[in-house]
Amino acid sequence: MDMRAKGETLITLINAGVKSGGRVLVEGVDLSIARGEIVTLIGPNGSGKSTTAKMATGVLKPSMGKVTRKSGLRIGYVPQKLSIDWTLPLTVERLMTLTGHFSRAEIDAALAAVGAGRLLHAAVQELSGGEFQRVLFARAMIRKPDLLVLDEPVQGVDFSGEVALYELVRQIRDTTQAGILMISHDLHVVMAETDTVICLNGHVCCRGTPAAVKRSPEYLALFGARAADTLAIYEHHHDHEHHDDGCVVGRHGEHEHPHGHVHHDNLAQNHAR
Amino acid sequence: MLGDFFSRAIVAGIGLAAVTGPLGCFVVWRRMAYFGDTMAHSALLGVAISILLSVNMTLGVFAVAALVAGALLLLQRQNTLSTDALLGILSHSSLAVGLVLVGFLTQIRIDLMGFLFGDILAVSMEDIAIIYGGGAAILALLALYWRPLLAATVSPELAEAEGLNPEVSRILLMLLMASVIAIAMKLVGVMLITSLLIIPAATARRLSATPEMMAVAAAGVGVAAVVGGLYGSLTWDTASGPSIVVAALLIFLVSLAVPTARLFGRRESHGA
Repeated sequence: MDMRAKGETLITLINAGVKSGGRVLVEGVDLSIARGEIVTLIGPNGSGKSTTAKMATGVLKPSMGKVTRKSGLRIGYVPQKLSIDWTLPLTVERLMTLTGHFSRAEIDAALAAVGAGRLLHAAVQELSGGEFQRVLFARAMIRKPDLLVLDEPVQGVDFSGEVALYELVRQIRDTTQAGILMISHDLHVVMAETDTVICLNGHVCCRGTPAAVKRSPEYLALFGARAADTLAIYEHHHDHEHHDDGCVVGRHGEHEHPHGHVHHDNLAQNHAR
Repeated sequence: MLGDFFSRAIVAGIGLAAVTGPLGCFVVWRRMAYFGDTMAHSALLGVAISILLSVNMTLGVFAVAALVAGALLLLQRQNTLSTDALLGILSHSSLAVGLVLVGFLTQIRIDLMGFLFGDILAVSMEDIAIIYGGGAAILALLALYWRPLLAATVSPELAEAEGLNPEVSRILLMLLMASVIAIAMKLVGVMLITSLLIIPAATARRLSATPEMMAVAAAGVGVAAVVGGLYGSLTWDTASGPSIVVAALLIFLVSLAVPTARLFGRRESHGA
């Protein structure tokens, strides 16, 4: 499926699906995530993104197909738009040890890594959207996870914050070689460094590199022609170059293009940032 | 020291407040106040059933409260009525069924007011043993499962993804609440139990920066309310259970005046 997957395979889904109360939530999902690889699930609400992610992390058992996970796989999770009630007093420091015990030094290092060191004693209710997301990244990373699951990680964050968070995701991938599974219903920005985008709508309707997916007929049918115009792909400009079809080359070398190279004309829209 | 009724009441009340404080924090954090009320209201039904079947009353109340909680969980999964409406139905119908059943128990004289509003001045040494034994067990379980309980409260999705089981946490909390209701009923009655869960916890929020601080502070506030309320009831000859709740309310009102909003949650000015 993905020739570039170097490193250990963390999770493999083969033709996996979930039925609940006689209704098929999602079916026929093939997906694998290796160390250092970024996989993004996109699709409209109710398309099975969360269900697929839950199958991958083992929260849901597949009712069809097969899911295998590396034994002892450690998962770090960044939830979408976590709102913590005022009634629950929680400092950033305390949030860091929510699901496990860590020393002060580990906490300091994890917060410093996301540029949130000075927030140690802040109450979580006082953080801005971007600050809170950073802290949640640090909280997930302190577990030294093999796999980082990001559920709508940039929701409620403004555009410059969004770019900064994607930069952070890239950094985390580079420094820890964790596999990253990202869920997004917001198609406006998909990381260019995503190795595989899987577009879901109850089943896999298309897959490939971000540039390839946004041109596939299935994607256009699902999200409408305007979606391709508004789909900006966040690209990190310092360590790779672009082919004239908008695909990213560099680190990983060759790409496959399951949907062909036919669209060379609307490249400019990729850079409408 | 435990010879007279007043000392026994103080000791029993302190034991209860030490448990309702920390557990009440979860009730406040998870917005389960009405849920707690519903379980408490079902306690009278538990009393009636215990007498009918001649089983231990504490066990009977616990079982009925746990069953009502379980019924609510099952009904919630049906996705028909809102939780709010379901709670309203369960709360008032279990109270009404309890009252009707008590009416049928003509062969035994039942102190209905005692069950509804408690009679802390009538606690026996046996009651104190139940409160401290049961209370210690509840606190031990809370301490043992504190991390998963808190994680499930902050975000069930997060807890689940990182290998914890928030559904188990939820069930554990319900069982702990049913236990507290069973041991608290004699002291403050089914109508006032939830106040001991909620008011100390709500008061403690303003004095705390972490969940653990809040749990300890809530226990302290509860103990102060019990002591203050009982001395008040002795001084002014007022009903003891309601006096404890009034004392808790007064402490809460005073705490509102304490300017703690900026006391905690400060940012460090240095660094980047």
